[in-house]
Amino acid sequence: MATQADSRGRFGQFGGRYIPETLMNAVIELNDAYERFKNDPQFNHELEVLFSEYANRPSRLYFARKMTEDLGGAKIYFKREDLNFTGAHKINNVLGQALLAKKMGKTRLIAETGAGQHGVATATAAAYFGMECVVFMGKVDTERQALNVYKMKLLGAKVVPVTSGTATLKDAVSEAFREWTNRIADTHYCLGSVMGPHPFPTIVRDFQAVISRESRAQILEAEGRLPDAVLACVGGGSNAIGSFYHYIDDSSVKLIGCEAAGRGIDTYETAATVSTGRTGIFHGMKSLFCQNEFGQIAPVYSISAGLDYPGIGPEHAYLHETGRAQYVPVTDEEAVQAFEYTSRLEGIIPAIESSHAIAHAMKIAPEMGKDQILVITVSGRGDKDCAAVARYRGHRIEE
Amino acid sequence: MSRIQEAFTGGKAFIPFITAGYPDLETTRAALIEAQENGADLIEIGIPFSDPTAEGPVIQTANVRALDGGITTDMVLDFIREVREDGTVTVPMVFMTYANVIYSYHEGGEGDADGSDGSDRGRYGFCRRCAEVGIDGLILPDVPFEEKDQFEDACRQNGIDLISLIAPTSEDRIVQIASEAQGFIYVVSSLGVTGVRTAITTDIGSITSKIREVTDVPCAVGFGISTPAQAAAMAAVSDGAIVGSAIIRIIDQYGTAAPPHIGEYVRSMKDAMRS
Repeated sequence: MATQADSRGRFGQFGGRYIPETLMNAVIELNDAYERFKNDPQFNHELEVLFSEYANRPSRLYFARKMTEDLGGAKIYFKREDLNFTGAHKINNVLGQALLAKKMGKTRLIAETGAGQHGVATATAAAYFGMECVVFMGKVDTERQALNVYKMKLLGAKVVPVTSGTATLKDAVSEAFREWTNRIADTHYCLGSVMGPHPFPTIVRDFQAVISRESRAQILEAEGRLPDAVLACVGGGSNAIGSFYHYIDDSSVKLIGCEAAGRGIDTYETAATVSTGRTGIFHGMKSLFCQNEFGQIAPVYSISAGLDYPGIGPEHAYLHETGRAQYVPVTDEEAVQAFEYTSRLEGIIPAIESSHAIAHAMKIAPEMGKDQILVITVSGRGDKDCAAVARYRGHRIEE
Repeated sequence: MSRIQEAFTGGKAFIPFITAGYPDLETTRAALIEAQENGADLIEIGIPFSDPTAEGPVIQTANVRALDGGITTDMVLDFIREVREDGTVTVPMVFMTYANVIYSYHEGGEGDADGSDGSDRGRYGFCRRCAEVGIDGLILPDVPFEEKDQFEDACRQNGIDLISLIAPTSEDRIVQIASEAQGFIYVVSSLGVTGVRTAITTDIGSITSKIREVTDVPCAVGFGISTPAQAAAMAAVSDGAIVGSAIIRIIDQYGTAAPPHIGEYVRSMKDAMRS
């Protein structure tokens, strides 16, 4: 079987519940509820209906013919999470958690967001379920992703710009935890990645595992065999763990997580946790974190607001430690090139986050045989990133 | 009886909190002296952390400013050694900080090469230094009962207390936590993070009476206390009161000139708790 957290919420040495006592009964209650509902046929039926009728699942597995020909090596497939409703994989987790919260009698969702994708997805689910919604977003990110802020408000959510710390994703997570400590009884914290205290890494993983459950069946249908490697970008790591999960037991399938190296792993302007971080305890979990010599969490940087996080989910830390998955750094420049390349060649504008995975595929595909297969998760669509990429290239866009 | 518990033997204890190095260590030293002279029974020293998730805006800012001023964990430890060695501060002192500061600790900050092996060098090394410099206990708000074992073992081996926290939401957990408590029990007065509150609505008395059923370890109430009346009310249903944000606000207001104002404030709080 694939990895499962132990009773203390640990994947090997990683995970756990490093949170204030005030929240302990809340996460215990959440864990009990999840254990009760996860195998409940009615719950799973409702979620399946939501996935297909609301979120547009299953997402397509698309053969990138021109890219395959141009790179001249492995056959390249895209798992098209960008075609989901709200434009990214985030909706998978959010629908699951919102449904669970509803069953638990919660009436209010709070969430953190980096690029705004998880915030938009949460605001969408809150609108659908008729729940109140508050989204915490770093002030820097509200400026980088102003359109998503507007969307969340349009959907009825309140957006709180976070000014503490570096005013980015990690600070939005801290603030969401603080708010949850303040108001627990009616509120579910809809965490957006496979991180935080147990049971969040497991819950989010299970809801995102639909990606590999589908892609595994789809590639067997299309090619009659499993891929040689599965690639996904990694910030906290939710689309990556979802993309890997149903292949973990297939030792012939390489699992490759692509981290945001920013301006490079030899600079301070990076968010590549596995490449530059070390074991620590933060945001409820023991995992790998970018930090200084005294354990102060390091400011991180990436062109991608969605990967701009100083940690990684505990299950990824475990897959890294055991060697089952490999984690590679990809720079801003490489990601931007992949963003432009995929747009031009395939007519698909991928999210700048997903472009990190495509960039690594562009490096390894030419070295592989024509009979080999790569599956890359395109975790989201890139419309939101056009202005930032234009800026990176020295152009200004007026919206 | 540990030094911490002795602090509770002379009546209701007043416990001020000060972020080390905010705005600088000289001010912290003067503030400790003022607090001690004016009746502080035990002092909580905050080791600054970049992302203090249990703190409200006031203490968050103090953490960030101290770090911006160049304060490191080693500097705080050395500072404590100085105030102990020269006899400046004699009341018990506990550190309040976050799990990662301790987990990742390496004397001299030579951490990069290690720590990825899941070793407990950080925890044991840190607690050994605490004992050496004269710290009596640790408060770690992001280490709940379920995760305390290795921290507690490191503390125990070095003769210092790991302080347990009990919150308004603890309910059925109170007995479990209290039965293993050492030093004193930090009773969190309210939901939310640290910071001044106009009213505390939690029934603290019912929490402390549940605690009393299983242990004699003293209970001090913190989070949101700022006025002498609040301190007196909390002391009436517990063994002491902890005040952080209200003291940091005095430093916000007066900067390096804050220590005498802190002394005056500590006096007023301690007096209210005596009556």
